[in-house]
Amino acid sequence: MATADLLLAGSLSDQREGLDRGDVSASELVQASLDRISAHAGLGAVVARRDDSALREAEAAGRRIAEGKPLSPIDGIPVLIKDNIVQAGEPATCASRILEGFISPYDAAVTERLCGAGAIILGRTNMDEYAMGSSTENSIYGPSHNPWNEAHTCGGSSGGSAASVSAGWVPLAFGSDTGGSIRQPASFCGVVGLKPSYGRVSRWGLVAYASSLDQIGPFGRSVADCAIGLETIAGHDKRDSTSIPEPMPSLCDRLDGEVAGLVVGLPREYFVEEGVEPGVLDRVREAVTVLEDAGVRVKQISLPHTKYTIAAYYVIATAEASSNLARFDGVRYGRRAAQPVDLLDLYERSRSEGFSTEVKRRILLGTYVLSAGYYDAYYVKAQRVRTLIRRDFEAAFEDCDAILTPTTPETAFRLGDKSDDPLSMYLSDVYTVSANLAGLPGLSMPCGLSGGMPVGLQLLGKPLDEVTILRIGDAFERRTEHHRLRPGAN
Amino acid sequence: MSRIEPATVERVAALARLALSRDEVAEMTRDLEQMLGYVATLASLDTEGVPATAHGFDLATPLRPDEPVAPLDPELAVANAPEREGTAFLVPKVIEEEG
Repeated sequence: MATADLLLAGSLSDQREGLDRGDVSASELVQASLDRISAHAGLGAVVARRDDSALREAEAAGRRIAEGKPLSPIDGIPVLIKDNIVQAGEPATCASRILEGFISPYDAAVTERLCGAGAIILGRTNMDEYAMGSSTENSIYGPSHNPWNEAHTCGGSSGGSAASVSAGWVPLAFGSDTGGSIRQPASFCGVVGLKPSYGRVSRWGLVAYASSLDQIGPFGRSVADCAIGLETIAGHDKRDSTSIPEPMPSLCDRLDGEVAGLVVGLPREYFVEEGVEPGVLDRVREAVTVLEDAGVRVKQISLPHTKYTIAAYYVIATAEASSNLARFDGVRYGRRAAQPVDLLDLYERSRSEGFSTEVKRRILLGTYVLSAGYYDAYYVKAQRVRTLIRRDFEAAFEDCDAILTPTTPETAFRLGDKSDDPLSMYLSDVYTVSANLAGLPGLSMPCGLSGGMPVGLQLLGKPLDEVTILRIGDAFERRTEHHRLRPGAN
Repeated sequence: MSRIEPATVERVAALARLALSRDEVAEMTRDLEQMLGYVATLASLDTEGVPATAHGFDLATPLRPDEPVAPLDPELAVANAPEREGTAFLVPKVIEEEG
Protein backbone atom coordinates (compact mmCIF):
# COMPACT_ATOMS: atom_id res chain seq x y z
CA MET A 1 0.00 0.00 0.00
CA ALA A 2 2.92 2.30 0.60
CA THR A 3 3.66 2.24 -3.12
CA ALA A 4 0.09 3.08 -4.00
CA ASP A 5 0.05 5.95 -1.54
CA LEU A 6 3.29 7.34 -2.93
CA LEU A 7 2.01 7.06 -6.49
CA LEU A 8 -1.18 8.92 -5.63
CA ALA A 9 0.81 12.01 -4.78
CA GLY A 10 2.53 11.90 -8.17
CA SER A 11 1.41 12.56 -11.70
CA LEU A 12 -1.01 10.58 -13.79
CA SER A 13 1.85 9.31 -15.94
CA ASP A 14 3.66 8.02 -12.82
CA GLN A 15 0.50 6.15 -11.88
CA ARG A 16 0.13 4.81 -15.41
CA GLU A 17 3.69 3.49 -15.32
CA GLY A 18 3.22 2.02 -11.86
CA LEU A 19 0.07 0.21 -13.00
CA ASP A 20 1.53 -1.01 -16.28
CA ARG A 21 4.74 -2.24 -14.64
CA GLY A 22 2.74 -4.06 -11.97
CA ASP A 23 4.28 -2.10 -9.07
CA VAL A 24 0.75 -1.51 -7.90
CA SER A 25 -2.65 -2.86 -8.89
CA ALA A 26 -5.63 -0.72 -9.84
CA SER A 27 -7.42 -2.11 -6.77
CA GLU A 28 -4.57 -0.98 -4.49
CA LEU A 29 -4.51 2.45 -6.09
CA VAL A 30 -8.29 2.87 -5.75
CA GLN A 31 -8.24 1.61 -2.14
CA ALA A 32 -5.43 4.02 -1.25
CA SER A 33 -7.41 6.85 -2.80
CA LEU A 34 -10.58 5.91 -0.89
CA ASP A 35 -8.55 5.67 2.35
CA ARG A 36 -7.17 9.15 1.82
CA ILE A 37 -10.64 10.56 1.23
CA SER A 38 -11.82 8.91 4.47
CA ALA A 39 -8.84 10.24 6.41
CA HIS A 40 -9.63 13.81 5.35
CA ALA A 41 -13.42 13.73 5.38
CA GLY A 42 -13.36 16.98 7.36
CA LEU A 43 -12.37 18.90 4.22
CA GLY A 44 -15.94 18.38 3.01
CA ALA A 45 -14.87 17.84 -0.58
CA VAL A 46 -16.54 14.51 -1.39
CA VAL A 47 -20.29 14.21 -0.87
CA ALA A 48 -21.08 10.74 -2.20
CA ARG A 49 -18.93 7.63 -2.62
CA ARG A 50 -19.36 4.37 -4.49
CA ASP A 51 -16.65 2.28 -2.85
CA ASP A 52 -18.03 -1.17 -3.71
CA SER A 53 -18.67 -0.38 -7.36
CA ALA A 54 -15.33 1.39 -7.67
CA LEU A 55 -13.41 -1.54 -6.21
CA ARG A 56 -15.26 -3.96 -8.47
CA GLU A 57 -14.43 -1.81 -11.52
CA ALA A 58 -10.82 -1.56 -10.34
CA GLU A 59 -10.54 -5.35 -10.30
CA ALA A 60 -11.73 -5.53 -13.90
CA ALA A 61 -9.29 -2.77 -14.86
CA GLY A 62 -6.54 -4.66 -13.08
CA ARG A 63 -7.20 -7.74 -15.19
CA ARG A 64 -7.05 -5.70 -18.42
CA ILE A 65 -3.81 -4.06 -17.35
CA ALA A 66 -2.25 -7.38 -16.29
CA GLU A 67 -3.02 -8.70 -19.77
CA GLY A 68 -1.25 -5.68 -21.22
CA LYS A 69 -4.51 -4.34 -22.66
CA PRO A 70 -5.37 -1.11 -20.86
CA LEU A 71 -8.29 0.70 -22.52
CA SER A 72 -6.71 4.15 -22.38
CA PRO A 73 -4.14 6.26 -20.52
CA ILE A 74 -6.58 6.50 -17.62
CA ASP A 75 -7.61 2.84 -17.37
CA GLY A 76 -7.63 1.95 -13.67
CA ILE A 77 -7.04 5.55 -12.55
CA PRO A 78 -9.28 6.88 -9.73
CA VAL A 79 -11.21 10.07 -10.52
CA LEU A 80 -13.99 12.15 -8.97
CA ILE A 81 -16.84 14.04 -10.64
CA LYS A 82 -18.79 17.09 -9.53
CA ASP A 83 -22.25 16.48 -8.10
CA ASN A 84 -23.95 18.02 -11.17
CA ILE A 85 -22.60 15.42 -13.64
CA VAL A 86 -24.93 12.43 -13.54
CA GLN A 87 -24.01 8.76 -13.34
CA ALA A 88 -26.58 6.01 -13.75
CA GLY A 89 -27.68 4.48 -10.45
CA GLU A 90 -25.91 7.14 -8.39
CA PRO A 91 -27.24 10.23 -6.59
CA ALA A 92 -26.94 13.67 -8.16
CA THR A 93 -28.03 16.48 -5.88
CA CYS A 94 -26.22 19.57 -7.21
CA ALA A 95 -25.78 20.19 -3.46
CA SER A 96 -29.45 21.15 -3.34
CA ARG A 97 -32.17 20.07 -0.97
CA ILE A 98 -34.59 19.86 -3.88
CA LEU A 99 -32.65 16.92 -5.36
CA GLU A 100 -31.99 15.03 -2.13
CA GLY A 101 -32.57 11.34 -2.76
CA PHE A 102 -32.55 11.67 -6.55
CA ILE A 103 -30.90 8.73 -8.33
CA SER A 104 -29.94 9.32 -11.92
CA PRO A 105 -31.53 6.92 -14.41
CA TYR A 106 -28.81 7.59 -17.00
CA ASP A 107 -25.16 8.47 -17.58
CA ALA A 108 -23.85 11.87 -18.62
CA ALA A 109 -21.81 11.77 -21.85
CA VAL A 110 -18.73 12.63 -19.79
CA THR A 111 -19.45 9.80 -17.36
CA GLU A 112 -19.86 7.38 -20.28
CA ARG A 113 -16.55 8.46 -21.77
CA LEU A 114 -14.72 8.21 -18.46
CA CYS A 115 -16.09 4.74 -17.77
CA GLY A 116 -15.48 3.72 -21.37
CA ALA A 117 -11.84 4.69 -20.94
CA GLY A 118 -11.61 2.57 -17.78
CA ALA A 119 -11.38 5.44 -15.29
CA ILE A 120 -12.67 4.50 -11.85
CA ILE A 121 -15.19 7.06 -10.62
CA LEU A 122 -14.92 7.04 -6.82
CA GLY A 123 -17.74 9.41 -6.12
CA ARG A 124 -19.06 12.93 -6.28
CA THR A 125 -17.61 16.24 -5.19
CA ASN A 126 -19.06 19.18 -3.29
CA MET A 127 -20.16 22.34 -5.08
CA ASP A 128 -22.16 25.49 -4.68
CA GLU A 129 -25.83 24.63 -5.12
CA TYR A 130 -26.58 24.39 -8.86
CA ALA A 131 -23.05 25.72 -9.49
CA MET A 132 -24.17 29.14 -8.27
CA GLY A 133 -21.34 30.48 -6.19
CA SER A 134 -17.62 31.10 -5.94
CA SER A 135 -16.79 29.48 -2.60
CA THR A 136 -18.52 26.06 -2.24
CA GLU A 137 -20.17 27.45 0.90
CA ASN A 138 -23.66 27.42 -0.58
CA SER A 139 -24.10 23.65 -0.25
CA ILE A 140 -26.46 21.43 1.75
CA TYR A 141 -23.37 19.44 2.75
CA GLY A 142 -21.64 22.43 4.31
CA PRO A 143 -18.55 24.14 2.90
CA SER A 144 -15.48 22.52 1.39
CA HIS A 145 -12.25 23.72 2.97
CA ASN A 146 -9.05 24.70 1.21
CA PRO A 147 -6.34 22.05 1.74
CA TRP A 148 -3.76 24.85 1.97
CA ASN A 149 -5.56 26.46 4.89
CA GLU A 150 -8.83 25.08 6.14
CA ALA A 151 -10.08 28.47 7.28
CA HIS A 152 -10.09 29.55 3.65
CA THR A 153 -12.44 28.71 0.80
CA CYS A 154 -11.37 26.30 -1.91
CA GLY A 155 -13.25 28.47 -4.38
CA GLY A 156 -16.30 27.47 -6.34
CA SER A 157 -18.44 26.31 -7.66
CA SER A 158 -16.37 23.17 -8.43
CA GLY A 159 -14.56 23.53 -5.09
CA GLY A 160 -14.75 19.89 -4.06
CA SER A 161 -13.08 18.74 -7.27
CA ALA A 162 -10.26 21.28 -6.92
CA ALA A 163 -9.69 20.40 -3.26
CA SER A 164 -9.63 16.65 -4.01
CA VAL A 165 -6.89 17.03 -6.61
CA SER A 166 -4.97 19.51 -4.46
CA ALA A 167 -5.09 17.16 -1.45
CA GLY A 168 -3.64 14.34 -3.56
CA TRP A 169 -6.62 11.97 -3.45
CA VAL A 170 -7.03 11.61 -7.20
CA PRO A 171 -4.90 12.77 -10.13
CA LEU A 172 -7.96 13.98 -12.06
CA ALA A 173 -11.34 15.37 -11.10
CA PHE A 174 -14.03 16.93 -13.24
CA GLY A 175 -16.08 20.05 -12.74
CA SER A 176 -18.12 22.55 -14.68
CA ASP A 177 -17.35 26.18 -15.50
CA THR A 178 -20.10 28.71 -16.23
CA GLY A 179 -18.28 31.88 -15.18
CA GLY A 180 -15.01 30.57 -13.76
CA SER A 181 -16.18 27.61 -11.67
CA ILE A 182 -13.23 25.44 -12.76
CA ARG A 183 -10.50 28.07 -13.10
CA GLN A 184 -11.15 30.01 -9.89
CA PRO A 185 -11.10 26.97 -7.54
CA ALA A 186 -8.07 25.60 -9.43
CA SER A 187 -6.35 28.90 -8.75
CA PHE A 188 -7.36 28.92 -5.06
CA CYS A 189 -6.22 25.32 -4.50
CA GLY A 190 -2.95 25.43 -6.45
CA VAL A 191 -3.91 22.97 -9.19
CA VAL A 192 -4.44 23.14 -12.94
CA GLY A 193 -7.99 23.59 -14.23
CA LEU A 194 -9.16 23.73 -17.81
CA LYS A 195 -12.40 25.12 -19.20
CA PRO A 196 -12.62 23.88 -22.78
CA SER A 197 -14.08 25.92 -25.64
CA TYR A 198 -17.86 26.06 -25.62
CA GLY A 199 -19.13 22.99 -27.46
CA ARG A 200 -15.96 20.95 -27.02
CA VAL A 201 -17.38 18.68 -24.32
CA SER A 202 -20.93 17.36 -24.40
CA ARG A 203 -23.26 18.84 -21.80
CA TRP A 204 -25.57 15.81 -21.99
CA GLY A 205 -26.11 14.81 -18.37
CA LEU A 206 -24.69 18.00 -16.89
CA VAL A 207 -27.44 19.60 -14.81
CA ALA A 208 -27.82 22.93 -16.57
CA TYR A 209 -27.16 26.26 -14.89
CA ALA A 210 -26.69 28.60 -17.88
CA SER A 211 -26.71 26.53 -21.04
CA SER A 212 -24.93 28.99 -23.33
CA LEU A 213 -22.03 29.27 -20.88
CA ASP A 214 -21.70 25.88 -19.12
CA GLN A 215 -18.79 23.62 -20.02
CA ILE A 216 -17.27 20.56 -18.31
CA GLY A 217 -13.51 20.31 -17.84
CA PRO A 218 -10.73 18.61 -15.89
CA PHE A 219 -8.66 19.45 -12.82
CA GLY A 220 -5.17 17.96 -12.52
CA ARG A 221 -1.84 18.54 -10.87
CA SER A 222 -0.15 19.24 -14.19
CA VAL A 223 -1.05 20.63 -17.58
CA ALA A 224 -0.18 17.28 -19.18
CA ASP A 225 -2.61 15.47 -16.88
CA CYS A 226 -5.38 17.93 -17.77
CA ALA A 227 -4.65 17.35 -21.46
CA ILE A 228 -5.23 13.62 -20.90
CA GLY A 229 -8.44 14.46 -19.04
CA LEU A 230 -9.72 16.64 -21.88
CA GLU A 231 -8.78 14.12 -24.57
CA THR A 232 -10.84 11.55 -22.68
CA ILE A 233 -14.04 13.57 -22.36
CA ALA A 234 -14.05 15.77 -25.49
CA GLY A 235 -15.64 15.11 -28.83
CA HIS A 236 -18.89 15.39 -30.70
CA ASP A 237 -22.09 14.09 -29.13
CA LYS A 238 -25.31 14.28 -31.12
CA ARG A 239 -27.38 14.38 -27.91
CA ASP A 240 -26.05 17.90 -27.23
CA SER A 241 -27.12 20.17 -30.08
CA THR A 242 -24.37 22.66 -29.15
CA SER A 243 -21.65 20.02 -29.36
CA ILE A 244 -19.10 20.87 -32.05
CA PRO A 245 -19.12 18.28 -34.83
CA GLU A 246 -15.34 18.08 -34.98
CA PRO A 247 -12.97 15.56 -33.47
CA MET A 248 -10.71 16.69 -30.64
CA PRO A 249 -7.20 17.04 -32.06
CA SER A 250 -4.62 15.13 -30.11
CA LEU A 251 -3.10 17.27 -27.39
CA CYS A 252 -0.59 15.25 -25.41
CA ASP A 253 1.88 14.73 -28.24
CA ARG A 254 1.98 18.49 -28.86
CA LEU A 255 3.29 19.29 -25.38
CA ASP A 256 6.98 19.48 -26.24
CA GLY A 257 8.06 22.56 -24.30
CA GLU A 258 8.71 24.52 -27.50
CA VAL A 259 6.96 27.88 -27.44
CA ALA A 260 9.51 30.19 -29.04
CA GLY A 261 7.82 32.66 -31.37
CA LEU A 262 4.36 32.41 -29.84
CA VAL A 263 2.83 35.76 -28.93
CA VAL A 264 1.07 36.22 -25.61
CA GLY A 265 -1.15 39.26 -25.06
CA LEU A 266 -1.45 41.02 -21.71
CA PRO A 267 -4.75 42.93 -21.52
CA ARG A 268 -4.11 46.26 -19.83
CA GLU A 269 -7.59 46.21 -18.28
CA TYR A 270 -6.63 43.08 -16.29
CA PHE A 271 -3.32 44.39 -14.97
CA VAL A 272 -4.63 47.20 -12.82
CA GLU A 273 -3.29 47.76 -9.31
CA GLU A 274 -6.64 48.72 -7.84
CA GLY A 275 -8.50 45.86 -6.20
CA VAL A 276 -5.79 43.31 -7.01
CA GLU A 277 -3.65 41.67 -4.34
CA PRO A 278 -0.05 42.86 -4.95
CA GLY A 279 1.35 39.33 -4.51
CA VAL A 280 -0.95 38.08 -7.28
CA LEU A 281 0.29 40.66 -9.78
CA ASP A 282 3.93 40.00 -8.75
CA ARG A 283 3.65 36.23 -9.33
CA VAL A 284 1.89 36.69 -12.66
CA ARG A 285 4.52 39.18 -13.85
CA GLU A 286 7.28 36.76 -12.80
CA ALA A 287 5.54 34.08 -14.86
CA VAL A 288 5.55 36.39 -17.86
CA THR A 289 9.32 36.74 -17.49
CA VAL A 290 9.72 32.95 -17.44
CA LEU A 291 7.76 32.68 -20.67
CA GLU A 292 9.79 35.48 -22.27
CA ASP A 293 12.95 33.56 -21.40
CA ALA A 294 11.41 30.58 -23.19
CA GLY A 295 11.09 32.67 -26.34
CA VAL A 296 7.48 33.83 -26.04
CA ARG A 297 6.87 37.36 -27.28
CA VAL A 298 4.76 39.51 -25.01
CA LYS A 299 2.45 42.18 -26.28
CA GLN A 300 0.19 44.71 -24.55
CA ILE A 301 -3.38 44.37 -25.77
CA SER A 302 -6.72 45.91 -24.86
CA LEU A 303 -10.13 44.37 -24.14
CA PRO A 304 -12.06 47.63 -23.89
CA HIS A 305 -15.39 46.19 -22.73
CA THR A 306 -13.92 44.37 -19.74
CA LYS A 307 -15.73 46.54 -17.22
CA TYR A 308 -19.11 45.39 -18.57
CA THR A 309 -18.45 41.66 -18.39
CA ILE A 310 -19.78 40.93 -14.90
CA ALA A 311 -22.97 42.89 -15.52
CA ALA A 312 -23.59 41.17 -18.87
CA TYR A 313 -22.72 37.82 -17.36
CA TYR A 314 -25.10 38.06 -14.42
CA VAL A 315 -28.01 39.10 -16.63
CA ILE A 316 -27.43 36.27 -19.12
CA ALA A 317 -26.53 33.58 -16.57
CA THR A 318 -29.47 34.29 -14.28
CA ALA A 319 -31.90 34.56 -17.20
CA GLU A 320 -30.86 31.14 -18.45
CA ALA A 321 -30.88 29.75 -14.90
CA SER A 322 -34.43 30.95 -14.24
CA SER A 323 -35.50 29.04 -17.33
CA ASN A 324 -33.41 25.91 -16.69
CA LEU A 325 -34.45 25.62 -13.05
CA ALA A 326 -38.14 25.79 -13.93
CA ARG A 327 -38.02 22.02 -14.34
CA PHE A 328 -37.57 21.48 -10.62
CA ASP A 329 -41.23 21.58 -9.71
CA GLY A 330 -41.79 18.66 -7.35
CA VAL A 331 -43.75 16.66 -9.92
CA ARG A 332 -41.47 14.14 -11.61
CA TYR A 333 -38.48 13.95 -9.29
CA GLY A 334 -36.94 15.73 -6.37
CA ARG A 335 -38.50 17.19 -3.27
CA ARG A 336 -42.24 17.65 -3.04
CA ALA A 337 -43.84 19.79 -0.34
CA ALA A 338 -46.10 17.93 2.06
CA GLN A 339 -49.87 18.04 1.55
CA PRO A 340 -50.20 20.58 -1.24
CA VAL A 341 -53.67 22.09 -1.53
CA ASP A 342 -53.42 22.43 -5.30
CA LEU A 343 -50.88 22.25 -8.12
CA LEU A 344 -49.70 25.85 -7.76
CA ASP A 345 -49.14 25.34 -4.05
CA LEU A 346 -47.20 22.17 -4.87
CA TYR A 347 -44.91 24.03 -7.29
CA GLU A 348 -44.39 27.06 -5.08
CA ARG A 349 -43.76 25.31 -1.81
CA SER A 350 -41.64 22.50 -3.31
CA ARG A 351 -39.38 25.08 -4.94
CA SER A 352 -39.31 27.46 -2.00
CA GLU A 353 -38.44 24.71 0.46
CA GLY A 354 -35.97 23.09 -1.92
CA PHE A 355 -33.89 26.01 -3.17
CA SER A 356 -31.46 28.02 -1.04
CA THR A 357 -31.58 31.80 -0.78
CA GLU A 358 -28.79 32.24 -3.35
CA VAL A 359 -30.58 30.10 -5.93
CA LYS A 360 -33.83 31.98 -5.32
CA ARG A 361 -31.96 35.28 -5.68
CA ARG A 362 -30.64 34.27 -9.08
CA ILE A 363 -33.95 32.85 -10.26
CA LEU A 364 -35.65 36.12 -9.29
CA LEU A 365 -33.06 38.27 -11.04
CA GLY A 366 -33.29 36.05 -14.12
CA THR A 367 -37.08 36.11 -14.12
CA TYR A 368 -37.04 39.89 -13.73
CA VAL A 369 -34.71 40.51 -16.69
CA LEU A 370 -36.80 38.21 -18.88
CA SER A 371 -40.15 39.63 -17.84
CA ALA A 372 -42.34 41.79 -20.07
CA GLY A 373 -41.11 45.38 -20.18
CA TYR A 374 -37.57 44.55 -19.07
CA TYR A 375 -36.55 41.92 -21.64
CA ASP A 376 -35.07 44.38 -24.15
CA ALA A 377 -33.56 46.71 -21.57
CA TYR A 378 -31.72 43.97 -19.71
CA TYR A 379 -31.57 40.63 -21.49
CA VAL A 380 -31.22 41.71 -25.11
CA LYS A 381 -28.94 44.55 -24.02
CA ALA A 382 -26.67 42.07 -22.23
CA GLN A 383 -26.63 39.85 -25.32
CA ARG A 384 -25.55 42.81 -27.45
CA VAL A 385 -22.80 43.61 -24.96
CA ARG A 386 -21.82 39.96 -25.18
CA THR A 387 -21.22 40.52 -28.89
CA LEU A 388 -18.96 43.50 -28.11
CA ILE A 389 -16.99 41.42 -25.59
CA ARG A 390 -16.59 38.67 -28.17
CA ARG A 391 -15.41 41.20 -30.77
CA ASP A 392 -12.84 42.50 -28.27
CA PHE A 393 -11.32 39.02 -28.20
CA GLU A 394 -11.50 38.56 -31.97
CA ALA A 395 -9.59 41.81 -32.41
CA ALA A 396 -7.07 40.93 -29.69
CA PHE A 397 -6.38 37.52 -31.21
CA GLU A 398 -5.34 39.18 -34.47
CA ASP A 399 -2.22 40.25 -32.59
CA CYS A 400 -1.54 37.32 -30.28
CA ASP A 401 -1.87 33.54 -29.95
CA ALA A 402 -3.03 33.50 -26.34
CA ILE A 403 -3.97 35.96 -23.60
CA LEU A 404 -2.41 35.85 -20.16
CA THR A 405 -4.05 37.26 -17.01
CA PRO A 406 -4.31 36.52 -13.31
CA THR A 407 -7.11 33.98 -12.75
CA THR A 408 -8.48 35.91 -9.79
CA PRO A 409 -7.73 39.32 -8.26
CA GLU A 410 -6.91 37.73 -4.90
CA THR A 411 -5.92 34.41 -3.37
CA ALA A 412 -8.47 32.23 -1.56
CA PHE A 413 -10.50 34.39 0.80
CA ARG A 414 -11.57 33.23 4.24
CA LEU A 415 -14.74 31.18 4.58
CA GLY A 416 -17.62 33.48 5.47
CA ASP A 417 -15.90 36.64 4.21
CA LYS A 418 -18.20 37.20 1.27
CA SER A 419 -21.18 35.03 2.09
CA ASP A 420 -23.31 37.99 3.22
CA ASP A 421 -22.48 40.15 0.22
CA PRO A 422 -23.67 38.58 -3.05
CA LEU A 423 -22.37 41.40 -5.26
CA SER A 424 -18.85 41.21 -3.84
CA MET A 425 -18.94 37.43 -4.40
CA TYR A 426 -20.01 37.98 -8.02
CA LEU A 427 -17.24 40.53 -8.60
CA SER A 428 -14.59 37.96 -7.65
CA ASP A 429 -15.26 36.34 -11.06
CA VAL A 430 -14.08 39.44 -12.92
CA TYR A 431 -11.22 37.77 -14.84
CA THR A 432 -12.92 34.50 -15.66
CA VAL A 433 -16.43 35.27 -16.96
CA SER A 434 -15.34 36.77 -20.27
CA ALA A 435 -14.08 33.40 -21.55
CA ASN A 436 -17.56 31.93 -21.00
CA LEU A 437 -19.27 34.86 -22.71
CA ALA A 438 -16.94 34.52 -25.70
CA GLY A 439 -16.87 30.69 -25.70
CA LEU A 440 -13.07 30.58 -25.35
CA PRO A 441 -10.93 27.90 -23.75
CA GLY A 442 -9.30 28.98 -20.48
CA LEU A 443 -6.60 27.38 -18.37
CA SER A 444 -5.65 28.24 -14.79
CA MET A 445 -2.35 26.99 -13.43
CA PRO A 446 -0.30 27.61 -10.30
CA CYS A 447 2.41 30.28 -10.56
CA GLY A 448 3.58 30.59 -6.94
CA LEU A 449 2.25 31.77 -3.59
CA SER A 450 1.10 35.03 -2.07
CA GLY A 451 0.79 35.11 1.71
CA GLY A 452 1.19 31.32 1.74
CA MET A 453 -1.75 30.72 -0.58
CA PRO A 454 -1.61 29.67 -4.26
CA VAL A 455 -1.81 32.20 -7.08
CA GLY A 456 -3.33 31.22 -10.42
CA LEU A 457 -2.22 32.26 -13.87
CA GLN A 458 -4.91 32.25 -16.56
CA LEU A 459 -4.29 31.57 -20.25
CA LEU A 460 -7.13 32.20 -22.69
CA GLY A 461 -7.04 30.77 -26.20
CA LYS A 462 -8.82 31.27 -29.49
CA PRO A 463 -12.02 29.26 -29.88
CA LEU A 464 -11.17 25.54 -30.22
CA ASP A 465 -7.47 26.26 -29.71
CA GLU A 466 -6.96 24.43 -26.43
CA VAL A 467 -3.66 23.12 -27.71
CA THR A 468 -1.87 26.48 -27.72
CA ILE A 469 -2.74 27.37 -24.13
CA LEU A 470 -1.84 23.84 -23.03
CA ARG A 471 1.52 24.09 -24.84
CA ILE A 472 2.31 27.41 -23.16
CA GLY A 473 1.20 26.09 -19.77
CA ASP A 474 3.27 22.94 -20.18
CA ALA A 475 6.32 24.94 -21.25
CA PHE A 476 5.92 27.07 -18.12
CA GLU A 477 5.75 23.95 -15.93
CA ARG A 478 8.90 22.56 -17.49
CA ARG A 479 10.76 25.70 -16.39
CA THR A 480 9.27 26.11 -12.91
CA GLU A 481 8.40 24.08 -9.80
CA HIS A 482 5.19 25.85 -8.77
CA HIS A 483 2.90 22.99 -9.77
CA ARG A 484 4.89 20.65 -7.50
CA LEU A 485 4.11 22.70 -4.37
CA ARG A 486 1.63 20.79 -2.25
CA PRO A 487 -0.41 21.94 0.73
CA GLY A 488 1.28 21.23 4.06
CA ALA A 489 4.62 20.63 2.37
CA ASN A 490 6.04 24.12 2.35
CA MET B 1 -31.60 53.50 -11.53
CA SER B 2 -35.03 52.08 -10.94
CA ARG B 3 -36.18 51.51 -7.38
CA ILE B 4 -37.44 48.04 -6.69
CA GLU B 5 -40.62 47.78 -4.65
CA PRO B 6 -41.53 44.74 -2.55
CA ALA B 7 -44.61 44.37 -4.79
CA THR B 8 -42.31 43.94 -7.80
CA VAL B 9 -40.43 41.16 -6.04
CA GLU B 10 -43.72 39.48 -5.14
CA ARG B 11 -44.88 39.70 -8.76
CA VAL B 12 -41.60 38.24 -10.08
CA ALA B 13 -41.65 35.52 -7.41
CA ALA B 14 -45.13 34.52 -8.56
CA LEU B 15 -43.87 34.28 -12.15
CA ALA B 16 -40.98 32.10 -10.93
CA ARG B 17 -43.32 29.92 -8.86
CA LEU B 18 -41.58 30.84 -5.62
CA ALA B 19 -43.47 31.53 -2.39
CA LEU B 20 -41.36 33.98 -0.37
CA SER B 21 -41.75 34.80 3.29
CA ARG B 22 -42.09 38.44 4.35
CA ASP B 23 -38.41 38.47 5.40
CA GLU B 24 -37.33 36.97 2.10
CA VAL B 25 -39.27 39.59 0.16
CA ALA B 26 -37.46 42.32 2.11
CA GLU B 27 -34.07 40.70 1.55
CA MET B 28 -34.67 40.06 -2.14
CA THR B 29 -35.96 43.60 -2.68
CA ARG B 30 -32.67 44.91 -1.32
CA ASP B 31 -30.55 42.42 -3.29
CA LEU B 32 -32.41 42.87 -6.56
CA GLU B 33 -32.11 46.63 -6.31
CA GLN B 34 -28.37 46.34 -5.66
CA MET B 35 -27.83 43.92 -8.55
CA LEU B 36 -29.96 45.88 -11.00
CA GLY B 37 -28.17 49.05 -9.94
CA TYR B 38 -24.89 47.39 -10.84
CA VAL B 39 -26.24 45.97 -14.09
CA ALA B 40 -27.47 49.45 -15.07
CA THR B 41 -23.90 50.23 -16.23
CA LEU B 42 -24.84 48.34 -19.40
CA ALA B 43 -27.31 51.09 -20.30
CA SER B 44 -24.47 53.59 -20.70
CA LEU B 45 -23.07 51.59 -23.61
CA ASP B 46 -24.21 52.37 -27.15
CA THR B 47 -25.24 49.08 -28.73
CA GLU B 48 -27.22 50.49 -31.64
CA GLY B 49 -26.93 48.08 -34.55
CA VAL B 50 -24.98 45.48 -32.57
CA PRO B 51 -26.48 42.01 -33.01
CA ALA B 52 -27.29 39.95 -29.91
CA THR B 53 -25.14 36.91 -29.15
CA ALA B 54 -27.05 33.95 -27.77
CA HIS B 55 -24.15 31.51 -27.78
CA GLY B 56 -20.37 31.73 -27.56
CA PHE B 57 -20.32 29.93 -30.83
CA ASP B 58 -22.10 30.36 -34.15
CA LEU B 59 -23.54 26.96 -34.76
CA ALA B 60 -26.54 26.24 -36.95
CA THR B 61 -29.19 24.03 -35.41
CA PRO B 62 -28.07 20.51 -36.26
CA LEU B 63 -30.63 18.26 -37.91
CA ARG B 64 -30.94 14.51 -37.67
CA PRO B 65 -33.15 11.96 -39.38
CA ASP B 66 -36.53 11.67 -37.70
CA GLU B 67 -36.12 8.08 -36.61
CA PRO B 68 -37.67 6.52 -33.54
CA VAL B 69 -35.23 5.56 -30.81
CA ALA B 70 -35.87 3.66 -27.61
CA PRO B 71 -37.10 6.02 -24.88
CA LEU B 72 -36.04 5.89 -21.25
CA ASP B 73 -37.65 2.84 -19.65
CA PRO B 74 -40.93 4.09 -18.11
CA GLU B 75 -40.16 2.32 -14.81
CA LEU B 76 -36.84 4.18 -14.62
CA ALA B 77 -38.49 7.43 -15.65
CA VAL B 78 -40.90 7.36 -12.71
CA ALA B 79 -38.46 5.81 -10.23
CA ASN B 80 -37.71 9.23 -8.71
CA ALA B 81 -41.32 10.40 -8.60
CA PRO B 82 -42.40 11.79 -5.22
CA GLU B 83 -45.79 10.17 -5.84
CA ARG B 84 -46.75 7.80 -8.61
CA GLU B 85 -49.39 5.41 -9.77
CA GLY B 86 -48.02 2.72 -12.03
CA THR B 87 -45.92 4.59 -14.55
CA ALA B 88 -47.80 7.88 -14.10
CA PHE B 89 -46.84 10.88 -11.95
CA LEU B 90 -49.47 11.76 -9.37
CA VAL B 91 -50.34 15.43 -8.77
CA PRO B 92 -53.18 17.18 -6.92
CA LYS B 93 -56.39 17.41 -8.87
CA VAL B 94 -56.26 20.27 -11.39
CA ILE B 95 -59.83 20.18 -12.69
CA GLU B 96 -62.54 21.23 -10.26
CA GLU B 97 -65.51 18.93 -9.96
CA GLU B 98 -68.71 20.56 -11.02
CA GLY B 99 -70.94 21.42 -8.11
